[in-house]
Amino acid sequence: MAEYGFGNPEVIEEEVDVLIIGGGMAACGAAFEIGQWAKAAGANLKVKLVDKAALSRSGAVAQGLSAINTYCGENDPADYVRYVRNDLMGIIREDLVYDVGRHVDDSVHNFEDWGLPIWKQPGDEDKSLRAGGKPVRSGKWQIMINGESYKWIVAEAAKKALGMEDIHERVFIVRLVTDKNDPTRVAAAAGFSVREHKLYIYKFKCCLLVAGGAVNVFRPRSVGEGTGRAWYPVWNAGSTYAMAAECGAELTMMENRFVPARFKDGYGPVGAWFLLFKAKVMNGAGEDYSTLRADLIKDEKRFGKYGMGVPGTCLRNHIMLEEMLAGRGPIYMDTPTAMQKLAEKMTPKEIKHLEAEAWEDFLDMTIGQCGIWAGENVEPEKTPSEIMPTEPYLLGSHSGCAGIWVSGPTDLPGVPKEWSWGYRSMTTVKGLFTAGDGVGASGHKFSSGSFTEGRIAAKAMVRFALDNKGWKPESARTTAELVEEIYRPVKTFLEHKDYTTAIDVNPHYITPKMLQFRLQKLMDEYVAGVATYYRTNGAMLKVAEKKLEMIKEDSLKMRAKDLHELLRAWENYHRIIAAEAHMKHIQFREETRYPGFYYRMDYNFIDDENWKCFVNSRYNRDTKHWDIKKVPYVQLIK
Amino acid sequence: MPTYVRTDKCDGCKGQDKTACMYICPHDLMLLDKDGSQTGHAMKAFNQEPEQCWECYSCVKICPQNAIEVRHYADIVPLGASVQPLRGSDSILWTIKFRNGTVKRFKFPIRTTPEGSADPYGGKPAADWKDANDDKVLFTKGTHKVDMSQFVKS
Repeated sequence: MAEYGFGNPEVIEEEVDVLIIGGGMAACGAAFEIGQWAKAAGANLKVKLVDKAALSRSGAVAQGLSAINTYCGENDPADYVRYVRNDLMGIIREDLVYDVGRHVDDSVHNFEDWGLPIWKQPGDEDKSLRAGGKPVRSGKWQIMINGESYKWIVAEAAKKALGMEDIHERVFIVRLVTDKNDPTRVAAAAGFSVREHKLYIYKFKCCLLVAGGAVNVFRPRSVGEGTGRAWYPVWNAGSTYAMAAECGAELTMMENRFVPARFKDGYGPVGAWFLLFKAKVMNGAGEDYSTLRADLIKDEKRFGKYGMGVPGTCLRNHIMLEEMLAGRGPIYMDTPTAMQKLAEKMTPKEIKHLEAEAWEDFLDMTIGQCGIWAGENVEPEKTPSEIMPTEPYLLGSHSGCAGIWVSGPTDLPGVPKEWSWGYRSMTTVKGLFTAGDGVGASGHKFSSGSFTEGRIAAKAMVRFALDNKGWKPESARTTAELVEEIYRPVKTFLEHKDYTTAIDVNPHYITPKMLQFRLQKLMDEYVAGVATYYRTNGAMLKVAEKKLEMIKEDSLKMRAKDLHELLRAWENYHRIIAAEAHMKHIQFREETRYPGFYYRMDYNFIDDENWKCFVNSRYNRDTKHWDIKKVPYVQLIK
Repeated sequence: MPTYVRTDKCDGCKGQDKTACMYICPHDLMLLDKDGSQTGHAMKAFNQEPEQCWECYSCVKICPQNAIEVRHYADIVPLGASVQPLRGSDSILWTIKFRNGTVKRFKFPIRTTPEGSADPYGGKPAADWKDANDDKVLFTKGTHKVDMSQFVKS
């Protein structure tokens, strides 16, 4: 037997009852909830969590957060649904959003129990939320925290709940495999260690796919070192959407995207500045353009009734983009005026505290923005800072709703029967569950809501695993086939590396980095990236379609010169599938549902008559064909 | 670059069971150069893909030698500033040096409980299997009160 080594991995096969794929907030929520239900059922379930990084600092909350954006508190969950519906331009799964709304506060109370510092109103400093302590709200749904160690604390609880022996870090799952006897059912997941020459194949009754959203699918505004300074975490590679799609799961609302307007280049958060510090934006001439030109979105032919009330995030972007296109930039957050106004009624000590709060907002979650402020000598009380809409992101947990179509709760009135098929949070593939960024048509969950969705899914997975106790998973792919497929980039490299003298230039392979550049360039130029001010049309999308087909073919020629590059190769493969889903959905939806996030210039209006519906798709991995359809939207909450 | 490792401080976590920065980096960027073949500095860590660095500071905060610092994105940020934390067990201390020499220091709490003490199930009720099919409850039974009259079909 040859020694295991690069290109010749040891294959480890394991069978569990439930596999959790990912390590972010949703995964931790599942880890927290699952054991308690198994225990209640008297079942000894084998659960394993596999994370491509280290649980204490993985997922979107790795760096920390300065706020928890979903905490209902004094508000009714129905009102939360109305807020999400309005911000996402009328089309959400209200059953799913409501379910998050009624369970989310309990998750936040647990975080506080475990040690997360939550800001309280004066007089309530020592009172927990659970005991009625009033939080400091930056908005109707947001509460302020000292969140540097948010993920660290939540992971600590998750590790104890599951046991470190059942958590496998630095293993990247890249491929789900259907069951040999039932192609509509998932039976296995395969991936590799990024540290050792080991390839893992897990078989299971069911799995939770929670590997985040998709970042760096589009060419970012910064293409040097700053490529890494994505707004959403750069390690979110679309793995959730790609693996689900390749397994045959129905996706929903993949045309949706999020283009956050953030502090330029560092992408520091604006929420606290707008909501807590009451700062205003202005154009290059110092005008309050969003008030001056508020009527822009009141054009009913183009925006329907959506511009009449509180405008959704995309519509606020639209006004900013019009300002930039008219040559009236740069756009500024007027931080000095906001700070001065707040300071008027403050003691010097309180002013000092206010300054610290402003810096903490960045230091807790976007430290790089402080680097920019320090490097450019910006003190927010003296100098305003530029605001800029970023490159597009695909996600389902923050202010976007791209994702997978899942089974909803069964107890809510008026829900179409087609929205629930027995196990909450299960996708249309039997045994495949998702949460967080994975769940489509249900945005604005953020960190607390994603954790909550992980809990909701975990409960249902226990039932599923027990109902399928006697069922034996059988992988539709042989071990040899999976090894060949997953390690293909390594084999390609070893086979061809000596053909040329320059390791990166070789006609037989493409580096993952160059493939990523190619994907980003085509998405940027044809699928409404920053290069075209987020505009596209049917003809441009046709070009993108062709280019995506070719890049998908060429992805089979990616090389991996080490395990790190194998990680990058698979991340970029996932990005391609996520990008393709996004493009196909934009192509199918012949309207501009999210002006300010993207424009179909050939249908540059909101068309409620024909398009107030979900768009769902299914990918066939063998034929490479996408089936796309409309699914009716149903309003549940008044 | 984003993160960089100081040759005068990094000891490759020789005395530890794992290289801390390499263990924690969410994006698999930090790498220990065991024999010095990649950097010329044996048994020291380095950032192997700086243009993929999120500047999340996970490695900076965990380094037992305080050997990791950040030189902010060269394609964006003028030279000369630094943002450096010192993370303790209950708080974090930040020192921010501006390009013009201004220095600001901030200290923020990071947790209210001792490190390692989070007890997932302390004081929580046990799940009741008869609720297994009831979407209204999770095991902690902390469901928000709801006004069902808000539904169209209430």
